[in-house]
Amino acid sequence: MSLTTEQVLRIAGLARIELADGDVEATRAKLNGIFGLIEQMQAVDTSGVEPMSHPQDVAQRLRTDVATEPDRREAFQRVAPQTEAGLYLVPKVIE
Amino acid sequence: MSRSDWEVVIGLEVHAQLNTASKIFSGASTAFGAAPNVQACAVDIALPGVLPVLNRGAVERAIRFGLAIGANVASKSVFARKNYFYPDLPKGYQISQFELPVVQGGEITIRVGEGDKAYEKTVQLTRAHLEEDAGKSLHEDFHGMSGIDLNRAGTPLLEIVSEPDMRSSAEAVAYARALHALVRWIDICDGNMQEGSFRCDANVSVRRPGGPLGTRREIKNLNSFRFLQQAIDFEVQWQIDTIEDGGRIQQATVLFDPDTGETRMMRSKEDAHDYRYFPDPDLLPLVISPEWKARVASEMPELPGAMKARFMEQWGLSAYDATTLTASKEVAAFYQATVDAAGVAQAKPCANWVMGDLAARLNKAELDASASPVSPAQLAGLVARITDGTISNNIGKKVFEALWNGEGGTDANAADAIIEAQGLRQTNDAGAIEAMIDEVLAANQKSVEEFRAGKDKAFNALVGQVMRASKGKANPAQVNELLKRKLEG
Amino acid sequence: MINASLTELRAALDAKRISSVELATLFLDRIAAHNPSLNAFITVDRDGALAAARAADARIAAGNAGPLTGIPLAHKDVFCTEGVLTTCGSKMLSNFVSPYDAHVVSLLKAAGAVNLGKTNMDEFAMGSSNENSHYGPVKNPWDTTRIPGGSSGGSAAAVAARLAPIATGTDTGGSVRQPAGHTGITGIKPTYGVVSRYGMIAYASSLDQGGAFGASAADCAQLLTAMAGFDERDSTSLERPAEDYAREIAAPANDKPLAGLRIGLPREFFAEGMAEDVRAAVEAALDQYRKLGATTVEVSLPNARLAIPAYYVIAPAEASSNLSRFDGVRYGHRAAEYRDLAEMYAKSRAEGFGAEVKRRILVGTYVLSHGYYDAYYLQAQKLRRLIAQDFQAAFRECDVIAGPTSPTTAWAIGEKTDDPVQMYLSDIYTIAVNLAGLPGLSHPCGFGGGNLPVGLQLIGDYFGEARLLGTAHQYQQATDWHLRRPA
Repeated sequence: MSLTTEQVLRIAGLARIELADGDVEATRAKLNGIFGLIEQMQAVDTSGVEPMSHPQDVAQRLRTDVATEPDRREAFQRVAPQTEAGLYLVPKVIE
Repeated sequence: MSRSDWEVVIGLEVHAQLNTASKIFSGASTAFGAAPNVQACAVDIALPGVLPVLNRGAVERAIRFGLAIGANVASKSVFARKNYFYPDLPKGYQISQFELPVVQGGEITIRVGEGDKAYEKTVQLTRAHLEEDAGKSLHEDFHGMSGIDLNRAGTPLLEIVSEPDMRSSAEAVAYARALHALVRWIDICDGNMQEGSFRCDANVSVRRPGGPLGTRREIKNLNSFRFLQQAIDFEVQWQIDTIEDGGRIQQATVLFDPDTGETRMMRSKEDAHDYRYFPDPDLLPLVISPEWKARVASEMPELPGAMKARFMEQWGLSAYDATTLTASKEVAAFYQATVDAAGVAQAKPCANWVMGDLAARLNKAELDASASPVSPAQLAGLVARITDGTISNNIGKKVFEALWNGEGGTDANAADAIIEAQGLRQTNDAGAIEAMIDEVLAANQKSVEEFRAGKDKAFNALVGQVMRASKGKANPAQVNELLKRKLEG
Repeated sequence: MINASLTELRAALDAKRISSVELATLFLDRIAAHNPSLNAFITVDRDGALAAARAADARIAAGNAGPLTGIPLAHKDVFCTEGVLTTCGSKMLSNFVSPYDAHVVSLLKAAGAVNLGKTNMDEFAMGSSNENSHYGPVKNPWDTTRIPGGSSGGSAAAVAARLAPIATGTDTGGSVRQPAGHTGITGIKPTYGVVSRYGMIAYASSLDQGGAFGASAADCAQLLTAMAGFDERDSTSLERPAEDYAREIAAPANDKPLAGLRIGLPREFFAEGMAEDVRAAVEAALDQYRKLGATTVEVSLPNARLAIPAYYVIAPAEASSNLSRFDGVRYGHRAAEYRDLAEMYAKSRAEGFGAEVKRRILVGTYVLSHGYYDAYYLQAQKLRRLIAQDFQAAFRECDVIAGPTSPTTAWAIGEKTDDPVQMYLSDIYTIAVNLAGLPGLSHPCGFGGGNLPVGLQLIGDYFGEARLLGTAHQYQQATDWHLRRPA
């Protein structure tokens, strides 16, 4: 299977990664190479096989409901690109 | 609002914030009103390398809800990532549940309409699942930029989805109110709609009766019952008008503007809503044992439906009264305690007092029944004195006022203290009443003649005069009887 | 001292023949001298290391030193280190001074180990050659025109060149075992869930596992023991009693210390595709194992060939979601110029991520997208189960599985960068182990053409780390490949 340029641009949009016009074709070619590799999976008959998401058949552990985390806003916002009055600043969010 | 040649189809999705102490996947506090980002820990702001761990309290509340609506609580459910980009969604995905939610099915019975037009209906629920809330984007402008507060990010939500069973805005509001009362009743959500604890999305479509389902539009984030009703009414009319004008309804997400009363399309966050759901590999399947379910079931308080049925069957209350008295846990508890103190024979008078004077005063003071200055035992005492003829109903209102203001002390017999202190005992002495009647008749010849001339109102005026003369303490039934006799005789 | 084993270092420290400060200084000086030509380190924390060394010396003097107190090590730059730059090999995090420590880092700090610095790696752990780093490629100490392997290339090169006695790494498709093989050292990836992933910047959540590099199985065992253990902050961390992974590291009792050990040889791992020099070294190693008393038996992993396609669906899918948090909002690279929010995201991510990372995000986004989930992601998870079942069937016939770690020795820098698929195919022997969640180890077993190391991979059943390490240790008692050093 082969991706079209339109599909590549759509995925890039979904992934929020800007693709320069000059890079689109090269990216498409490399992606198609990877999909060629992946295609080998398709022919295998897996009917009746349970998908495996974790090696061990363990259940989710639960945390006791108690607030434990201290206020570390200052430390966390020291690494932020832009903050003001304790808020993270981003270009205007339009509803 | 819908015309008879159209059928309205409504389904509601409600996001109820669960009242846990900490977040669903982290140990940060969920307390409302903190300074921005002081309750957003490393996990909540999605620092590189952090991981989610599930809060037992959130699961317990989901189980409680599932059992309360008679749903299937899944013994195994799975968390899934809903992927999309938005500044209030730090990970770039929301942890939710997709194919295998924790609660499946269930139903809620609602009561719609007033008086003899009232009817009951059972609304089916599709599912309820656990997920995390996003942060908030503040409306104020920071030199052209938006401010993001992640305190709310990670607060546990139960997303409750109904089947599209509702056929009018009234039914939708009745369902929302019943659901709101229930989540507060079983203490999983504080139901504070102003603070965003209970948010309704309405899926609305119209169709010709018997025809195929129309395309639906989703009205998002309605945080009052009034807005819910207004938004649905506007949307329904808009859809009908659009179709009748030859247009077609396209699936869309819309917002309600309370100022204009209109719904309008949102600028879409994603042109393609491709959330790329897949099971979250950082979390393992949630397993809920039969023992856990049994324990939650055994700790469940008596539910409103059961209480209502009991009030009707055992205490003879009407459906309306029983519904009103079980609309909130606080009112129901108050009423139950009042009847426990007063005796089952007083169930109806107690109901009247709780739904009447008490409710009015509580509303005015913006108080919960649990914060009432008049205790159930005190109210029971008041009812007893009216029933045994010590005071009349009208005097009872005076006594109630005094109780409300804390007069008479804090004991259960505060009503008695007030009656004694203010000398409010009803006069049942026929002789004394007759004497008063004679005085009144003598002083009100005009009314007597009017009565004899056939004006019934004049009789009431005379009764009123006697009551006034007795400072309200005369036994009204006796006054009526004796006055009648005197006038006839 | 620089070639000493951990046991020897411990003895020297405890006997006060050398102080931790002196030991740290020794390695820091080596790093200063050799890192320019190897590029193994992204950040060297001289001040932090010396401070930790002083504290370690105090503990040793007070008599409460643990096995790793005062021992220098290096952390792969995928582990968050509080107050120290944590880049994950990426421009996206080139300014990220982590506000917290990964669980593994906390454990090793508490043990008194001395962190020399953060090692270079393929960006976001995606790569098999350490050529995908924003900080430039790492050079193989055996031949600096060649790759050291990846993604933990920096940690492997550091240990191989004796810039650090031990180092941490992570392994998602082979990223500890493969560079260990290419640089002539020992590296182990434990069973999934044994090492906490909290603070280990995620690539593919269901495959990532922290691992240990050392000059020998014995050293790896000590490091793994200190890294492992339940962490309540990681839901996938397993609650099990603590293990001493060195418990089967012992002097050989007789000349057949591995008597009774059945080594399974998957026919699929010994088919074509293996370079001749690799085959020769591996066969020689197997002969050595037989001399030590082990028996070999042919086994089959019929679905092994599907491991690569399945991996390149699952890993990119999980990665595409894990890397969505890198958006320039709360930390990391934010574009300097943008007109609106959408552009801020798109430019920040385009500028911050390298080409391979972008490719894998795109692949992952596609395979999860509407309509493709069943055919790709779900199908890959089903293949994963078949692969895991293959291993279980094989372990009914044998105790450990052996084979080459890589089909070839280290290739030249730049040789495979044009075609990502070529690079992916080099993981053929290691990838299935991650899909199944099994433990795997690589130890040196000889040299191929150009005096390049060859690694032998041992794969164990779940929680079989101690046996893997014990087995490799016996091999290392009878051979000296692990003692060879690059010039």
